[in-house]
Order: sequence, then C-alpha cells, then structure tokens
Amino acid sequence: MIFLNALQWLHDTDVATSIREGDTLFPWIECVHVLAITFVVGSIAAVDLRLLGLASRGRRFSRLNAEVVPLTWFAFAIAVVSGTLLFSTKASQYAANTAFELKMLLLLLAGVNMMIFQLVIFRGIDRWDHATTTPFQAKLAGGISLCIWIGVVACGRMIGFTMTDMPG
Amino acid sequence: MLYGLDGFCHWLQGTSLSSLISRTSWVIPVLQMIHILAISSVISSVFLLNLQLIGVRGGDEAPKAAARRLLPFIWWPLPVLLVTGALLITAEPARSLENPSFAIKMLLLALAIVITLLYHQRYVARAKTASALGWGGTAARGIGVISIAVWTGIILAGRWIAYTQP
Repeated sequence: MIFLNALQWLHDTDVATSIREGDTLFPWIECVHVLAITFVVGSIAAVDLRLLGLASRGRRFSRLNAEVVPLTWFAFAIAVVSGTLLFSTKASQYAANTAFELKMLLLLLAGVNMMIFQLVIFRGIDRWDHATTTPFQAKLAGGISLCIWIGVVACGRMIGFTMTDMPG
Repeated sequence: MLYGLDGFCHWLQGTSLSSLISRTSWVIPVLQMIHILAISSVISSVFLLNLQLIGVRGGDEAPKAAARRLLPFIWWPLPVLLVTGALLITAEPARSLENPSFAIKMLLLALAIVITLLYHQRYVARAKTASALGWGGTAARGIGVISIAVWTGIILAGRWIAYTQP
C-alpha cells in the first residue's frame, strides 16, 4: 500500500501534473532522456568492446575507462532525472508495465555486473591493462554488460508500444 | 490519382513490403531498437571525439589517433541507420516523409555528414603533427560545439517525428 500511495503522490505532484497537461513538455523531456540513454549505452559499449578485445585495442584499458566512465555517469544521472519525470506523469501505469519492470530489473543487473567488475576483475588490471587480448573474466563482464544494455534499450522502446495512448 | 509526395507515399504504402512490415506486430519495434542502438554508437563517438577536440576531456591521445579510433563507430552504423530508417519509412511513408521533423532531421544529417567528412575525417584524422591541431584551439572548439549540436539535433528531430505527425 505504501508503494501505491507513493506512486499516487508522485502522480499528483505539481511537476508531474505540468508535464502531463503540457503540450510539449513530455516530448522534450523524452528527447533529453533518449539523448542521455544513447550516450550511456554507446559509451558503455565502447568500454565493453575494449574488454572483449574488439575495439580500441591500442588504448590502455584503465585510460579508456577513466576518460569515458565519468561522462557515462553524468549522462546516466540525466537519464535518471528525465526518466523519473516521465515516470511521474503516469506512475502507477508505468509501474504495472511489464517492459518497464523488465527495464528496471536489467538496470539492477547492470549495476551488479559493474560492481563485480570493479571489485574483482579491475583489481587485477595491471596484468592486462596494455594487452590487446583480455582475460576471460574481463570478456565475460564486457559481454554480459553489452547484452544487458541492449536489453535496456529494447525494453525502453517497448514501453512506448505497450503503454496505452502513447505515440510510437 | 495522387501526384508528387502524396502519390509516392500512397504507392509505397501499397507495396507488399510495406504491408509485410506494418502487419507483423514486432517488426517496427525491432527496427526501432536496432536504429536506436546504431544511434548510440554514433552519438557517443561524436561526443567523445568532439569533447576531446574542445578540450573537455583528457588529451593525452593525439587528435589523429582519437579520430581514427572513433570515426569507424560513426561511419559504420550509418548504413544500418539508412536501412532500418528506410524500412520504417516503407511501413508508414506519410508518417515521416510528410513530417516537418523528418525534413529537419534529414537536413541536419546532411550537414553532420559534411562536417564529419570534411573536418574529422579529412583534416583531424590526417593531421601530420599533434601540434598542428592542438586540443582546445579556437577553431577546434567551434567546430566541436557545432558538430555536437548538429548530431544532437538529429536525435531530437527524430524523436519529434512521433509527435508532429501530419
């Protein structure tokens, strides 16, 4: 019940009401969300492809990681804020949408995968930082991450097709 | 009988390919997903390369090396975008071809391709020395900002196609 009340409260906030009732606010926030998420996915894929040994092989992994990841986090923060605003307009409908639920689950998995990578695999970085071929665990982490983020995009796009009265 | 763009849209909509794409429920979402993933490659590479040219992020790598490393991730998704985009148009021709947002998107795309080809591909990627094209120079900053703005505009106009239907 607390969860449902929170959704209703979010739905009734002034911000959510303005976005819901405005003609152009929702599309503009959605634009920001799409821009942010495409950067997040593309930049993470750049790191993942390096982990898989498929791209940027001439570049030290730790260097590539250090220059890309802060920008990824910045874009991710924008995606979370814009996403929360979009969510607030029809909070309970989104919360009950399967594509949305799956997207949140995948984001959680992406976080777990990243934590395992940082805590376990990144510790042994010195042994393969310069190497063009990466160890199996690094490849695995990169591959899993790539699949998860492709899933996030797929679910995100499906929300637009499975929510009622949304343009495609 | 319809002529011009209306006629073309009408004809395209009547083709068997068009009905095949629009009749099968999962095809349009899947095409859009592939389209967005390809855009992700382009836009992240555009930002990473131009932010480096502007001088926002680490410049230990020569401009030439960064351009050579990132440009394939801008060029190679373009045919994918063209094919998925063309199929999406085939499914619902008037939705985009008669849409002002789509026209803006195509104009910006032409501009973006010209900038990337003439500046990033032919100039930055071929710079003889790193000092000939330092990070954060005035020209590099200006073109970097314009390039980011134009590619960003393409994404925004693309999303607006769904909201400015004719």
